[in-house]
Amino acid sequence: MSSILFNVVVQGILTGLVYGLMALGLSVIFGVVRVVNFAHGEFAVIAMYAAYLLFSALRLDPLIAMLPIALGFFGIGYALQRLLINPFIGRPAHEQFILLVGVAIIIVNGLLMIFGPDARPTNLSYAFDSFAIGPLFIDKVRTYAAIAALAVTGLLFAFFRYTHTGTAIRACADNLVGAAVVGLDVKRLYALTFGIGLACVGAAGTLMVTIADATPALGPAYTLLAFTIVIIGGLGSMAGALIGGILIGVSEACAGFLITPSMKSMFSFALLIAVLAFRPEGLLGKRT
Amino acid sequence: MTDKNHMTLSRRGLLAGTAAAATLISAPGIVRAQAKTLKIGVLLPRSGYLAQSGQACHRGATISTKVLAGYGHSVELVHVDTESSADIARTQAERLINEGAQCLVGPFDSAAALSIAQVCEQRQVPFVINIAAAPQITEQGYKYLVRNFPTGGQLVTNGLNLIKDLLAATKVAPKSAVFLHANDTFGSAQRKAMDAIFPKAQMPFQLAESIAYDPKAQDLSVEVTKIRALNPDLVLVVTRAADAIKLVRDMVRQRFEPKGIISPGSPGLYDEEFYQALGPFADFHTYNLPWANPKAQMTQALEAAFKPAHPSNRFAVDCFNVGFTFEALLIAADGFKRAGTANGPDLMKAIKETNLADHVMIGGPIKFDEKGQNNGIISAVVQNRGRTPTVVLPQASATMAPVMPMPPWQGRT
Amino acid sequence: MHGRVLIAMLLAALIATPAFADRYVISVLILVFYFAYVGQAWNLMMGFTGQLSLGHSLYVGLGAYVAAGLWLHAGIGPWLGVFAAIAVAAAVGSVTGWLSWRFGIEGVYFALLTIAFAEFTRIGFDHIDMLGAAGGLFLPVNAEEAGQWWNLRGGPLLFYYLALALVAGATLAVAWLRRSRLGYQWVAVREDSEAARALGVDVFRAKMIAMLISSGMTAVGGVFYAFYHRNLFPGQVFEMGRSIELILAPIVGGLGTVFGPIIGAFILTPLGEALIAATERSGFNAPGTKAVFYGAALIAIIYLVPSGVWPWIARRLGFSEHRQ
Repeated sequence: MSSILFNVVVQGILTGLVYGLMALGLSVIFGVVRVVNFAHGEFAVIAMYAAYLLFSALRLDPLIAMLPIALGFFGIGYALQRLLINPFIGRPAHEQFILLVGVAIIIVNGLLMIFGPDARPTNLSYAFDSFAIGPLFIDKVRTYAAIAALAVTGLLFAFFRYTHTGTAIRACADNLVGAAVVGLDVKRLYALTFGIGLACVGAAGTLMVTIADATPALGPAYTLLAFTIVIIGGLGSMAGALIGGILIGVSEACAGFLITPSMKSMFSFALLIAVLAFRPEGLLGKRT
Repeated sequence: MTDKNHMTLSRRGLLAGTAAAATLISAPGIVRAQAKTLKIGVLLPRSGYLAQSGQACHRGATISTKVLAGYGHSVELVHVDTESSADIARTQAERLINEGAQCLVGPFDSAAALSIAQVCEQRQVPFVINIAAAPQITEQGYKYLVRNFPTGGQLVTNGLNLIKDLLAATKVAPKSAVFLHANDTFGSAQRKAMDAIFPKAQMPFQLAESIAYDPKAQDLSVEVTKIRALNPDLVLVVTRAADAIKLVRDMVRQRFEPKGIISPGSPGLYDEEFYQALGPFADFHTYNLPWANPKAQMTQALEAAFKPAHPSNRFAVDCFNVGFTFEALLIAADGFKRAGTANGPDLMKAIKETNLADHVMIGGPIKFDEKGQNNGIISAVVQNRGRTPTVVLPQASATMAPVMPMPPWQGRT
Repeated sequence: MHGRVLIAMLLAALIATPAFADRYVISVLILVFYFAYVGQAWNLMMGFTGQLSLGHSLYVGLGAYVAAGLWLHAGIGPWLGVFAAIAVAAAVGSVTGWLSWRFGIEGVYFALLTIAFAEFTRIGFDHIDMLGAAGGLFLPVNAEEAGQWWNLRGGPLLFYYLALALVAGATLAVAWLRRSRLGYQWVAVREDSEAARALGVDVFRAKMIAMLISSGMTAVGGVFYAFYHRNLFPGQVFEMGRSIELILAPIVGGLGTVFGPIIGAFILTPLGEALIAATERSGFNAPGTKAVFYGAALIAIIYLVPSGVWPWIARRLGFSEHRQ
């Protein structure tokens, strides 16, 4: 029994890391641009379709397709920020909310029009394989996806830490007026950040196709998931998003295994409520 | 001044309103012009969370005019998308009737069915339900409603009996089973039926546990691990397509091989995406459902019309949704022919007296009880073979013999 | 002054509408009124007090389930049940409010907390067998009760006038509240809660009262919903999509205004219906088309008139009502 529980926890951690990467994009955007991307999950689903198309046309493994898709999403994010979202910076949250709800509705239904309601599977050759370690069975896809998620997070971390642009973006987040005073092009940095945030979603969505099959209806569920994770980990905190992802992954796995699967998401929301009540800034967030 | 104005206006308004109330209440008796063609409003959830099934039903509706014409029925269909919303189903039902629909067909969903039923009841327009399993729909006393679809309880009763037949036919004697179901409207109706029926059904195996999962959850590996820990011989499932894929994938990954994966009466194991995602692992899953009778002449006519109209879909995969949608339209058209009028009460009377021996789905003639329920719908055992749903029992309709226990995952191609 | 004349005329027109409108229009107007009503309730929280709730479907659902459950299990009619519904929703609302504001949760965090409460409750209700769990709760429609308006059994006109009365009542109440001492406290809290506190406003109390009134009012909408549709499913009533649906009207109409929610509902619901008809007529009606246009319309509206349509109209007509 205990080995099975251990198995469940490991699976939870692996899935949680991919969720965490998805949430990371949301966190980065909010931390800097102060816009809550209510169409976040929907963008992840676009990435899933992109990965599906690249795989079925070019047999490109999602682990590789992740790079071009992330790059493309960076471009989309940059353009979106410049053209659509920029006028809404600093405006009340509900106006941004309506704007992005509109975007989300268009994405969900646009995908429905183009691809239809049926799921589009990406049939990887190793989709059904698992590593057998003693009594444990660990899926290959989840393992690879989790490693990739960690790698992307590491890259992002290094970018914010060690590059000039990354430091400038962090300066914007910490002190907007100061950043403008020292001559940083805030608009450009915001667009860059939105691009980076979407690149994260792009990468996460691409990895997601190894775990789930693309359907238009997934979007809202992913948005909600990303929110839950980010709030638990701390909005704006990068490490927090990963920790939040793992926590959600493990708590859902354990609740599902030990109590009843149909109530497992209830525990995520209970966790969220508890975190908000006792540590509103999130586990690793800074008080703003 | 303003107050006075307001008072008079509103008093007049109220009077007008009362007059309108009287007309609205007595309105349904209007005699409609005799026509040769029946105008039917088809309400289906072609977008929103039920889009997948709604669109499959829609594929059936679009070919029905032609097929029905072949049987001497003349119908005109108006297609409306309910967007999986009961609010929209209700306003659109009103609009369809306003625009001359003499009968409504749909809506794949229990919530929308009850919203439309209220409109139809008030306007005395017959409503033929193609698919909706909540038992309460025909227990509400609606007079303008018939349902040519089994209730959740009937599905499970038929499904469990067929499992006995399946075990007898394959001479397999499993000792235990686990029941896994989505905790949604359909899944929980099936769970209730299972809880009530299983103890009395004298099944030759034990039900070790019933597990509900949240259909909105993104991951089913824990559920599979839980089942693996119980190690049952059979896994009984009530799932949706996307969940079924995840379920089987995780079973293969965790190298868990029950003797059979059987649905006692639910969709999920035979969608096109299920075959595409799982390939060889999609085979040998079994589901006990009402099914199109491959040997019936009308089924063959329907299939012949389906192929050119929907070249990228397979009739064998869609035939559950397509068949029931077609039959609902057939019931309306047949009633119209016998009534000779589209006048609501007369048409409804004729529909209630339906007795159709020739139809698409396996089973006896289509008939309705006084509540509007067709109690004669039987299920068949259908098994995925070569990535195609194949009727394996009852023998009269079967095109292949059932296989159980299922072959191991390893070595499948 | 001529504003009042206009309102009286509008009300009179709506009262008289069933005399010449067909049943389809009536059914759409019932939806319009429903969204206008719950929009008013939500607007108290967000428009006046500045607390963004994205989980108001929680109170709709609680109201609906409490009244339906009492009717089904205890035979208590909706006119009595509505008080229980208000009480339960207000109690849950006060727990949400207390948890949030005692711990200083504001803005986006508050919004997400409200979502969490609604989702938590949705899954919870999926497991309450007495209320039908995920299988749904059905109110019987037996013929003996037909026309018993006191049990909310009746045709579209009953629900039309009931919904109209709800909107009118809510609008009067909101207009009165806005001019009350409490209303000014709310606006002060919305604009700058620190300054409000410095001026001696009990910020926590003001917010809690807004929450109590808003959740209680929303629950009444839920009772209406339950007896209008006569079936309830947790997955549909508590869903996040429902929460979003009900906040669109007040935002589009004009947040923090008395008429915004009404104008918004009169724009959005008919817009959706018109798009259905338009896509159907044009033949360009692949599933999803209508929703894509609807989404685009939302973006266009918030882009062009970010503070809402009603303030924009009001300015042009020379009315003074704008966001205080």
